[in-house]
Amino acid sequence: MATAPRFWRENPSRYNLAGIKCNSCGRFFFPPRTICPVCHRKSVGKIERVKLKGEGKVFSFTEVQEGPEEMAMQRPYVVAMIETEEGVRFTGQVIDCESCDVQIGMPVRAVLRRLSEEGPSGVIHYGFKFTPIKEKAP
Amino acid sequence: MRRVAVIGVGDTEFGELWDSSFREIGIRAGLAAVADANISADKIDALYVGNMSAGRFIEQEHIGALIADYSGLARDHIPATRVEAAGASGGLALRQGFQAVASGLHDIVVVGGAEKMTDVSDTESSNIQSSSADQEWEIVLGATYPALHALIARRHMHVYGTTREQLADVAVKNHKHGSLNPKAQFQRPITRETVLGSPLVSSPLRVFDCAPSSDGAAAVVLCPLDQAKNYTEVPVEIVGTGQASDTLSLHDRKDICTMEATRSAAKRAFDMAGITYKDVDVAEVHDNFTISEILALEDLGFFKKGEGGKATEAGLTGLEGEIAVNTSGGLKARGDPIGATGLAQAVEIVTQLRGKADKRQVKDAQVGLTHNVGGTGATVVVHLFRRV
Amino acid sequence: MKVGIVSYGAYVPRYRISPEEIGKVWGADGKAMSKGLMINCKSVPAPDEDTITISVEAARAMMRRCDVNPQDIGALYVGSESHPYAVKPTGTIVAEAIEAAPHLTVADFEFACKAGTAAIQTCMGLVGAGMVKYGVAIGADTSQGAPGDALEYSASAGGAAFLIGSEKVIATIDHTYSYTTDTPDFWRREGEMYPRHGGRFTGEPAYFKHVLNGAKGLMERTNTTAKDYTYAVFHQPNGKFPTRVAKQLGFSDAQIKSGLLAPLIGNTYSGAVPLGLAAILDEAKAGDRIFATAYGSGAGSDAFAITVTDQIDGYARSKAPTVKEIISNVKFLDYATYAKFRGKILLGSE
Repeated sequence: MATAPRFWRENPSRYNLAGIKCNSCGRFFFPPRTICPVCHRKSVGKIERVKLKGEGKVFSFTEVQEGPEEMAMQRPYVVAMIETEEGVRFTGQVIDCESCDVQIGMPVRAVLRRLSEEGPSGVIHYGFKFTPIKEKAP
Repeated sequence: MRRVAVIGVGDTEFGELWDSSFREIGIRAGLAAVADANISADKIDALYVGNMSAGRFIEQEHIGALIADYSGLARDHIPATRVEAAGASGGLALRQGFQAVASGLHDIVVVGGAEKMTDVSDTESSNIQSSSADQEWEIVLGATYPALHALIARRHMHVYGTTREQLADVAVKNHKHGSLNPKAQFQRPITRETVLGSPLVSSPLRVFDCAPSSDGAAAVVLCPLDQAKNYTEVPVEIVGTGQASDTLSLHDRKDICTMEATRSAAKRAFDMAGITYKDVDVAEVHDNFTISEILALEDLGFFKKGEGGKATEAGLTGLEGEIAVNTSGGLKARGDPIGATGLAQAVEIVTQLRGKADKRQVKDAQVGLTHNVGGTGATVVVHLFRRV
Repeated sequence: MKVGIVSYGAYVPRYRISPEEIGKVWGADGKAMSKGLMINCKSVPAPDEDTITISVEAARAMMRRCDVNPQDIGALYVGSESHPYAVKPTGTIVAEAIEAAPHLTVADFEFACKAGTAAIQTCMGLVGAGMVKYGVAIGADTSQGAPGDALEYSASAGGAAFLIGSEKVIATIDHTYSYTTDTPDFWRREGEMYPRHGGRFTGEPAYFKHVLNGAKGLMERTNTTAKDYTYAVFHQPNGKFPTRVAKQLGFSDAQIKSGLLAPLIGNTYSGAVPLGLAAILDEAKAGDRIFATAYGSGAGSDAFAITVTDQIDGYARSKAPTVKEIISNVKFLDYATYAKFRGKILLGSE
């Protein structure tokens, strides 16, 4: 099943967190939308494409045991809701740490990882996952 | 608007119905409802069918036409409409049927819901159910439908102190009710230990926190209230209907521990009926996950926000509780053939209000409520029923 | 015009496996292998990592440390022997991920372990010729070793990225020299999962011949000897080979210490010299001179004479983790998990 165009189209948002800012109310949205859901038509012509920073805190999380086939290699894996500085929330995996170390409030940042592939001969899909922001050693 | 009554109900057993095809179960439920209403085929004006995903489960779209055909009604070319709103497909179909009668467009309307989920693998069934969430921004990024509800559960536990045991109590209660329902998918009572010892699906939710995949169908017959006594001695009026939408993705909700669409739909239904949650005796709510019932108890107004778990633990939602919730066994024990669920809820409420619920009868039930959810709360449909 | 490194970034996956753990499964003395190879453990990529994600991490770190506009990047090359696709470049995804697209040229390089340094040379040429303002050269790999084979103890994952330019250069690349022959010491056929090698043939006639000739060739052309350099880094398929060749060329243990990462992360193939160079740049000071010689089977060596400039004082290195910091966060795996991660277990088909 060739879904290459459907995924390719979202790459700016999946690779680089392309979102929008409504210059009518100042709110950020992800993924990009045609109009602001708060300002409605007042936002027409005032929508600006922005790149979100991808830094935020864990708002909630879960360790997934039963998931789709392609995640079999990573089971169990952590899925979380991340709340960012811009007020946007993301859903994504948290990686590079033990499930037991994930806590609500933990700071994380977005990185690029493989999301899935359409079989061994198909297209590979890349997108954001989240990794804990490490304390810098003094 | 005309007042609308339910004059007939019918359903199949819910479960893994290996010997039954989608067509067969759809017709069986509809036939039972029509027989219950003692109505002849030529009186039926229109058909509404709730179904989430026959296109993926059995590679068949155009469900309205299919059901019209196999029910024998296509020969009279009746209008047949398939309604989809993920898990709320059945409830929404009921609302569409209600609107058709209330508006005066049609007199006798049959509303059914059906889903055949077991003809595909478990994995494929899960993938299909995931499509009720935000495919591009939740599922592609790694979430599953249970994982999204697990995010709600963990947040609810974090903010309100809801416990793992309280979640389990929802399942225990519903299995107890299911054991009193001969058509339920699961008919054995369970204990807290059963739930807490079952395998993890997505922490903190375990297998017994999640409704099963099921095959099944349910149907009702509607007619104008003032004609109801021609067909049945126990008409039940639909006194309120409310529908609401919310963001597709859970992460875009204002508060993930509140389904605002439930509050909105409920308010619309209560306002229309001129009653409040205090008047409700029995409710069928959307417990596809144990946490979902807890949210429903709060968002429908039966208990304060954050108190749903405590109320369940205290037994306030049992058959003899303050408000009897999910007397059928709910989605958890009764089963959840997605498109049929909203109608199955209506069948249970009507049965309760008619006094025909046998071992699981709620004493003196006069007013009932159904609550049907699509996705993680992006669509909610609430109906209120009153014994005539 | 002085061409050199404007910025750099590195990445190594956090998982590790020890030779003892590998030896257990194959009935080999893993401890002895460890000692013989001078490898304590090797890095293992997670199932959701590959050469593309490693390259992106390294390139993004490289961009965070400087204030170059990615749209000024005119060329981007990724050298690897484990590109995720046989056909469809790694480089285009990296270019998009650092917002350098679309006004640039991209291609993937392959030359066993020296594909990354070959990319550096190409960028030097483009910048030096005035064809591009900045070029990005990345060496990254997630190499496989056949189960039970000697290479399984060392084949690992990691990569580093270099921004090559002529303005605000933190280290000039004063000279580069390469020595190339057709020598089949190690190869992998199209479609094969594991490489094959010539055993002892990979030593003297391959690694040592090309590294020595490459290094000596560079020293002749720059009129320098080992003593003229502060640091040296050689291709490191294990800890033994670079230690031996350094000694043969007159370098001391102290000179090669900072760039010698193989004992801690194994052989990162195209990432080996790039990562070693990154580790050196993490601590180098203005005026320090660095001698680097990469080796790629097939075979060839790329040698570089590098001088750190005073621009390194104002370089925002702290905007990304150093190699030491990156490799400090580790998690050890057992062989079963390692085999699962590396796709070495036969799975059922749909």
